[in-house]
Amino acid sequence: MSTATNTPGAAAPGNRKAPAGERVADWADGRLGIYSLAKSNMRKIFPDHWSFMLGEICLYSFIIIILTGVYLTLFFHPSMNEVVYHGPYEPMQGIRMSEAYASTLDISFDVRGGLLVRQIHHWAAVIFLAGMFVHMFRVFFTGAYRKPREINWLFGFLLFVLGMFTGFTGYSLPDDLLSGTGVRFTQGAILSMPVVGTYISMFLFGGEFPGGDIIARFYSIHILLLPGIMLGLVVGHLILVFYHKHTQFAGPGKTNNNVVGMPLLPVYMAKAGGFFFLVFGFIAIIAAIASINPIWALGPYRPDQVSTGAQPDWYMGFAEGFVRVMPGWEINLWGHTLVLGVLIPLVLFGVILGLLALWPFIESWITGDKREHHILDKPRNAPTRTALGVAWVTIYFVMLIGGGNDIWATHFSLSLNSISWFVRVAFFVGPVVAFVVTRRICLGLQRRDKEKVLHGRESGLIKRLPHGEFVEVHEPLSPEMLHTLTAHEQYKPLEIGPTVDENGVERKVSRITKVRARLSKGLYGESSQIPKPTAEEYKEITSGHGHH
Amino acid sequence: MKKLSARRRHPLAAVVVLLLALAATGGLYAAFAPASKAQADDTAQSLAIDEGKKLYSVGCASCHGTGGQGTTDGPQLVGVGSAAVDFQVGTGRMPAQQPGAQVPKKKVIYSQAEIDQLAAYVASLGAGPVVPTKSQVSPEGADIAKGGDLFRTNCAQCHNFTGKGGALTNGKYAPDLDGVSEKHIYEAMLTGPQSMPSFPDSTMPEKQKRDIIAYVKTVNGSEAESPGGLSLGGLGPVSEGLFGWIFGLGGLIAVAIWVAAHTAKAKKS
Repeated sequence: MSTATNTPGAAAPGNRKAPAGERVADWADGRLGIYSLAKSNMRKIFPDHWSFMLGEICLYSFIIIILTGVYLTLFFHPSMNEVVYHGPYEPMQGIRMSEAYASTLDISFDVRGGLLVRQIHHWAAVIFLAGMFVHMFRVFFTGAYRKPREINWLFGFLLFVLGMFTGFTGYSLPDDLLSGTGVRFTQGAILSMPVVGTYISMFLFGGEFPGGDIIARFYSIHILLLPGIMLGLVVGHLILVFYHKHTQFAGPGKTNNNVVGMPLLPVYMAKAGGFFFLVFGFIAIIAAIASINPIWALGPYRPDQVSTGAQPDWYMGFAEGFVRVMPGWEINLWGHTLVLGVLIPLVLFGVILGLLALWPFIESWITGDKREHHILDKPRNAPTRTALGVAWVTIYFVMLIGGGNDIWATHFSLSLNSISWFVRVAFFVGPVVAFVVTRRICLGLQRRDKEKVLHGRESGLIKRLPHGEFVEVHEPLSPEMLHTLTAHEQYKPLEIGPTVDENGVERKVSRITKVRARLSKGLYGESSQIPKPTAEEYKEITSGHGHH
Repeated sequence: MKKLSARRRHPLAAVVVLLLALAATGGLYAAFAPASKAQADDTAQSLAIDEGKKLYSVGCASCHGTGGQGTTDGPQLVGVGSAAVDFQVGTGRMPAQQPGAQVPKKKVIYSQAEIDQLAAYVASLGAGPVVPTKSQVSPEGADIAKGGDLFRTNCAQCHNFTGKGGALTNGKYAPDLDGVSEKHIYEAMLTGPQSMPSFPDSTMPEKQKRDIIAYVKTVNGSEAESPGGLSLGGLGPVSEGLFGWIFGLGGLIAVAIWVAAHTAKAKKS
């Protein structure tokens, strides 16, 4: 409110009237305070790296989903009333179906642009979730979730989980045979919950499955409740990105206290705006080329029908995998059945996702590090974290194999049962192998970095020494490279210290501290990182002796 | 007659007479010879059976036994009917190449005439389902929508919504119905080959079978229309997810890398 003291008609004679644009801006500033906002934010600096644009892909596909979703709501009838189809699609002529399914057929065949918009909506959802997954692991592997960004990590995590359920409810809306099978699956999972399962099922479906309410309820959840929360979280996520400023990779001139890059205006406004249209255009092309969820081929949902190859969209595939490979255990207790074959997958689904959400807090508890981190880690410089992340992704993708076991079986001429057994074993063995292998690779890369710093890079030039020996000439790295390769800091494992002091008195060490020390050793112990070269080492090697 | 007798010594006279004689005998034979179907049915049938038996002893007997009684390597064929033979041999499944979870469809090695002879022989072992006629299997005038409903009730749980096939236990599978002829679909429903249950006319009348064939022919196969674009195999969310990850997100990341690589030049001036 910088113009509060203007008096009416204060323009002195001779003063030219301000240009129209300025007057509009003044008008808006007087009411919205845009000048101070613009002053603090227009020159906000963002660093340049393609992986920082993964979040943008998510944001833009989310906007595309909202835009196309609004169009779809204009024509979709979230009703389970039975109608008989008399539209243009011949293989459905005269078939009884819910209004939801019939209106989705109409959107696909009667509404102008309906099919394209439906496919953009669905493809954008598939890409949105995949984008969030990759974005989340970019953040994970570079340690970008560390203080002060833990809350934003949680916001992002919640967006991913809510995105999964928004996607699931949207997938269910057309009330086709495929999604109806998925809803039935969900009801089964709900029923497996001890004590409350049956009540929740009755409450959610308004009676026995499938009832006449579920589509209308999913509709409210899909277009109002979940997207509303997600929109709030997205805004919060972005505000926090502004507030924390963006992280950057280590490099010359980049410190924990600055951000090196380009200003929001004009560079990033132009880039981000352009990128939005690129994303929209690209998804539109995908939607124009490739069919997704061709509900007309699936038929309306009827509880007495089912098809093979009934899978959820990919982001629910890992839950599907758990249920598919879990042995069908159940126990009977006092006349009640506990369906472990479904309950355990349900619990694992939550636990495995939850571990990801909690990791930043677990890590900061182990390190005890309360400082802010704005410089990103190279994944190799945090071998245990990287290995844990890869182990998690391994479980996730192993379960995706489990979720699509029938497709794997038919297309690779394998036995369905063998695949299920493979997935069962790989659930336990896969992450361990992935952990060990990833850590070894990270340590190897650290050694290579160290070697490069101390001995320079291989030049490819072979030199023959006077006595006949051949050596390769190593060229020293540029100071910029030396800085980049040695900028990371290395934690020291937590030391408990002697448990008995000099007087022979035993010092009490809590069990929790011991656990923490052990975990700390696992993360930062001798076997978990290669000590980076020190300045003394560098000097010793580079001075006098020459390169060898 | 003068003209004719004058030319009786013409060099070509003998040829003309020979041609006339041949035409006469041929015509007479055609006129008086017994019609193969009408009068000598039993002979033709028994001929086919004889021929079929010969083919059978060479190609089938090692597994199914010399008289179709079955062995440890192959089931009994008494009562399976000509429809089963026509399906199994006509789709190349029989003769089987090797034992396995399931005998796959492969190149057909017998001609249709030989298959008919084999079928006649096996049918002679005991009564069973008969090869359908063209009109029985024709999708002409059948109710596609009804067929779709029947397909989803009876077939989709193994063959997928549009007959793209699916996995069964221990390496068995329900095959893709793309390119399977109307007759073979009909015969499969009638006889229930391998893991498939049979749908005799008592449970699924001929009309319904034709509805199903009409539906499969409409939604499956290379001519089936896919209004949404590439059908991605018609396999549902697994192939869609794979496509979305590789081409959707993969393409967008490529675009992002391209955008990031073209940074503003302001810094360098």
